[in-house]
Amino acid sequence: MTQFLSLLFNGLSLGAIYALIALGFVIIFKASEVVSFTHGSLLLLGAYSIARLSESLGFLGAVLVGLLITALAAFVVERFIINRLRGAPVISLAIVTIGVDIILLTELIRRIGPDILNVPHPWAGESVRIGGIGITQNRLVAMIVAGILIVLFFVAFKYSSWGVAMRASAEDGETAALMGIRQGRVSALAWVVAGVLAGVAALFLVGSPTPGVSSAVYATALRALPAAILGGLDSTGGALVGGLLIGVAESLAAGYQEQLLFLGRGFGEVVPYVVMIAVLLVRPSGLFGTKELTRV
Amino acid sequence: MLSIDSLQVTYGGAVEAVRGVTMEVPDGTVVAVLGSNGAGKSTLLRTISGTLRLHRGRVDAGEVRFEGQTLTGRDPGQIVRQGIVQVPEGRRIFGRLTVEENLRAGGMGNRDRAAKAKARERVFDLFPVLKERNTQRGGLLSGGEQQMLAIGRALMASPKLLLLDEPSLGLAPRIIGQIGEVIGEINRQGTSVLLVEQNATMALGVADLAYVLDVGKVSLSGAAAELARTDEVQRLYLGHGEAAVTEQVSRGPRRTLSRWTA
Repeated sequence: MTQFLSLLFNGLSLGAIYALIALGFVIIFKASEVVSFTHGSLLLLGAYSIARLSESLGFLGAVLVGLLITALAAFVVERFIINRLRGAPVISLAIVTIGVDIILLTELIRRIGPDILNVPHPWAGESVRIGGIGITQNRLVAMIVAGILIVLFFVAFKYSSWGVAMRASAEDGETAALMGIRQGRVSALAWVVAGVLAGVAALFLVGSPTPGVSSAVYATALRALPAAILGGLDSTGGALVGGLLIGVAESLAAGYQEQLLFLGRGFGEVVPYVVMIAVLLVRPSGLFGTKELTRV
Repeated sequence: MLSIDSLQVTYGGAVEAVRGVTMEVPDGTVVAVLGSNGAGKSTLLRTISGTLRLHRGRVDAGEVRFEGQTLTGRDPGQIVRQGIVQVPEGRRIFGRLTVEENLRAGGMGNRDRAAKAKARERVFDLFPVLKERNTQRGGLLSGGEQQMLAIGRALMASPKLLLLDEPSLGLAPRIIGQIGEVIGEINRQGTSVLLVEQNATMALGVADLAYVLDVGKVSLSGAAAELARTDEVQRLYLGHGEAAVTEQVSRGPRRTLSRWTA
């Protein structure tokens, strides 16, 4: 039982990180009508920047500048590519983001090389025990920070002018334009927010129990995509639930590996996709997605 | 206030929707534009509000000027900030947003807080029902209430000129009468109105001036009251006389319907 609770708790903390990334997918989809495959490499860019800059700027400075770089990169992709292709078929836009992703990823992999870059988190790699449940300090901090960010995000999405503008233009872009809502700005801001969220997720994804920044982080980041899709690509609440679900499933599959050996080793890594397929078979538009997406 | 000068608009570089239209909306008036489907009414409004590009339309010649400045080539956001707001055809309220959020969305182009508060007061004065249903989702309102919300949402930007695209569409006769009264009231409060309609009775009742569009051209224009007396308008739009009935039936069901709501 303790093992189960421990796995559940660790899964939730991992899931909170996934939820941050998945929220980014969802708001970009809502604002720009594109499934952004650039997200994995944006996250890796954040992780790489933080690791490289922490030698000269110290941890806190590196985190701030790293987040800034990630947000800026997202902004540039939106302004110079996505915004100019407004009205292009959804599929072309998605392919364009794959292209950008490959370019960015290739460069980052070249820079990182075979090394594992270390991010000097002030919270050490040790585990803490809460009532018999062990969790690394990094994951505990991640859970708290992600929780705060997610609450802030939902409050902003519900009450701020940006949130209203965003939901209005996601529902009916032309009418929103008629109301004087500048879709370009709404969309750019969505990318910046998604970039920051990805940067924060990067900070925690490369901490213990993960050894540090390597190109493997990219694959981890991509697991937030099934999280966003199974929650419903146009639902922010779905992204949160999807993220947590994927995190817990992955944690449980990894923890009970011995019992799941008949499925082969490393089942934990594919479990997000298995869960996604299972959910989509029952609910094709995801758990909370709008049934019919009549996007043109 | 608004002047349109020999405007020509095509879609996809081929379909001519507006062919040399010249019209004028003097300050403080209600101007009605009548015409059947495909006459170019919506295209005209899209050109003014800057949303033509979203429909792959293009201005080939002529221009639209508002208070002396040209609007052609500006984006919808700039045009709203200049003081022109359009209520789209079919209401197009944000169904998943609450009434309050719909009104907030309408006020996005209005940076002045005091003006926004004043606009909100005016909207609640005109449409008390919106205040009652403030926290409900827009999609739950009735058709008439949705039209009120669509007009209220546009008023949140404190426009100098309000563009209305067929506000009577799909509404019951009694509600259409109310909408007509509201348009008159909005105008008395100092907002000029450009009203595009198929419902000629309501439109000519509230308008000072009127234009009749036919296949992209102005076929008649003048004071609304005078226009209402001309044979052509009586026959085609107000449906008096035998000829009108047979012609409308032969032109298809939509026409017939539009007459019945009149």
